[in-house]
Amino acid sequence: MTPLIEIRDVSKIYERGRQKVEVLHHIDLDVAQGQFLALMGPSGSGKTTLLNLIGGLDSPTGGSITVGGQRIDNLGAGALAKWRASQVGFVFQFYNLMPMLSAQRNVELPLLLTKLSGAERRKRAAIALDLVGLADRASHKPTELSGGQQQRVSIARAIVSDPTLLVCDEPTGDLDRQSAEDVLALLRALNRDHGKTILMVTHDPKAAEYANQTLHLDKGTLVEQVAA
Amino acid sequence: MKYLHLIWASLFRRKTRTILTLVSIVAAFLLFGLLDAVRTSFAEAGQSANGAQRLQTGSRLSFIQTLPQSLQSRMEQVPGVKTVTYANWFGGAYQDPHNQVFSFAVAPNYLDLYPEMSVSDAERKAFAETRTGVLVGEGLMQRFHWKVGDRIPMQSTIFPDRSGSKNWVFDISGVIHSTDKKAAGFFDQMMLLHWTYFDDTTPYNRGQVGWYVTRVTDVNQADRVAKAIDALSANSDHETRTQTEQAATASWMKQLADIGLIVTSIMGAVFFTLMLLSGNTMMQAVRERTSELAVLKTIGFSSTSVLAMVLAESVLLLLLGGVIGIGLAEPLIPLISHGSNGMLALSPVGASSWALGLALMLAIGVLVGALPAWSAMRLNIVDALARR
Repeated sequence: MTPLIEIRDVSKIYERGRQKVEVLHHIDLDVAQGQFLALMGPSGSGKTTLLNLIGGLDSPTGGSITVGGQRIDNLGAGALAKWRASQVGFVFQFYNLMPMLSAQRNVELPLLLTKLSGAERRKRAAIALDLVGLADRASHKPTELSGGQQQRVSIARAIVSDPTLLVCDEPTGDLDRQSAEDVLALLRALNRDHGKTILMVTHDPKAAEYANQTLHLDKGTLVEQVAA
Repeated sequence: MKYLHLIWASLFRRKTRTILTLVSIVAAFLLFGLLDAVRTSFAEAGQSANGAQRLQTGSRLSFIQTLPQSLQSRMEQVPGVKTVTYANWFGGAYQDPHNQVFSFAVAPNYLDLYPEMSVSDAERKAFAETRTGVLVGEGLMQRFHWKVGDRIPMQSTIFPDRSGSKNWVFDISGVIHSTDKKAAGFFDQMMLLHWTYFDDTTPYNRGQVGWYVTRVTDVNQADRVAKAIDALSANSDHETRTQTEQAATASWMKQLADIGLIVTSIMGAVFFTLMLLSGNTMMQAVRERTSELAVLKTIGFSSTSVLAMVLAESVLLLLLGGVIGIGLAEPLIPLISHGSNGMLALSPVGASSWALGLALMLAIGVLVGALPAWSAMRLNIVDALARR
């Protein structure tokens, strides 16, 4: 069976002034559809860089990345933006919600890029909020929600356009233990019950336990694969 | 339109700052509306549809130089001239030097050349038969609560009588009704007095005329007639300049003050300051939203749509403030005109002022939004999310 994500010989070099820093060294990786993969490793090991490359936020210096049969490493900025809009949902450590919009409006944001009517957008946002257990908080602004609730709104925003892949960068990094477990349980449910492929960067071994596979990165190299 | 709520919410993300900027924009465009009304009023002063058939002849040197009365008969001989009349500035004030009145001493046939001014036959007859009689514009009558038959004292700011006193007394013989709405503001405030009374009473004006007004038989021949009239006085001590009424009024206004230049200069300074202010607001707004803009790009908004949204936000800010500003000028203009007791007959905000105002709002909006929009478009997602 063809994996959902195929990474071949991917390198990433950042140029900071005159200095060149190789953050990823010749990475090869396959991620199957429906996988919940945790990426762990010390700070600066290249976890977020790898996640950004897979999510189409950045381009590799060398190698190829194929997601769902589509080469994304050679796409232009516009095509990459369109690809992200339809294929990837993003969850960030600090939620990154629009503070001036209600939870409902935040969740609707990715749908503005579709041709759906206003009524249909509202309906789908309501379903997504219901799925994350926040149907009663639709009209609340982010500042009126707890950290855990804000992260659940950001998960609703990530899934509202029904992407194949969810990319989560330290989704529990800013949450207390209970909220973190709620969020992780929600991600696991999305993986198990809705078939979403999830890539999650985390420092927290407890969070990694929710994944069915954990990869370790060190100094830009995959060093270990642990099956859950 | 589906992005409007997002643009609107971004605009009012920092309510206090946005409202303060909006107040500045409202003030700037309110000033624009008022000053444009002043400019338009001066530009249209004394103009009317009938003005095309009239030429004005004044001294080539200055509008305060007079011309010999004997020139009238020679001008009447010029082919293409239908009628010639003349007038002189009286410079009257009522009770207080601040109550200036547009008052002219005019020849007996003056009204024949101005169909825009309507006076009833009975009142015109009374004016002709009363040496101290005056005809007064409707607006001026209302301003000073005068009525026909009143005897009014006037002070001339220029001309004394033979005893040296500048106090004159007139009898109101009739009312001038303006038949041309466009020029009503001018004729409504006018007072006309008898040339003979004026000329006989003041020692300052012996057989001298302030300016001549000529009615031509054919508008298309006006240019040729004007040249022929000026040729009559060529190389004399009273060389003339004959122009269309519109050009003469504009030239006269320019000798008083170049209102267009003054208005343009003030508005230039105001809008320049406004650009700095609203540009700074937009730059700050975009800088504060770096991570939010990065998130928009992350979830699939293209760089171009981010650029368009920031530009739209800037244009919306200008449109909102500008429309409120000019909208406020609309009711204020008649209040100011009324409050000035007729001294300022400001034109209402017309379609051309709205069009110019809207064009300025769009242009300033695009200009002040361009730099922040460009920065937003060029935003690198990875750097912005990492807050680098």
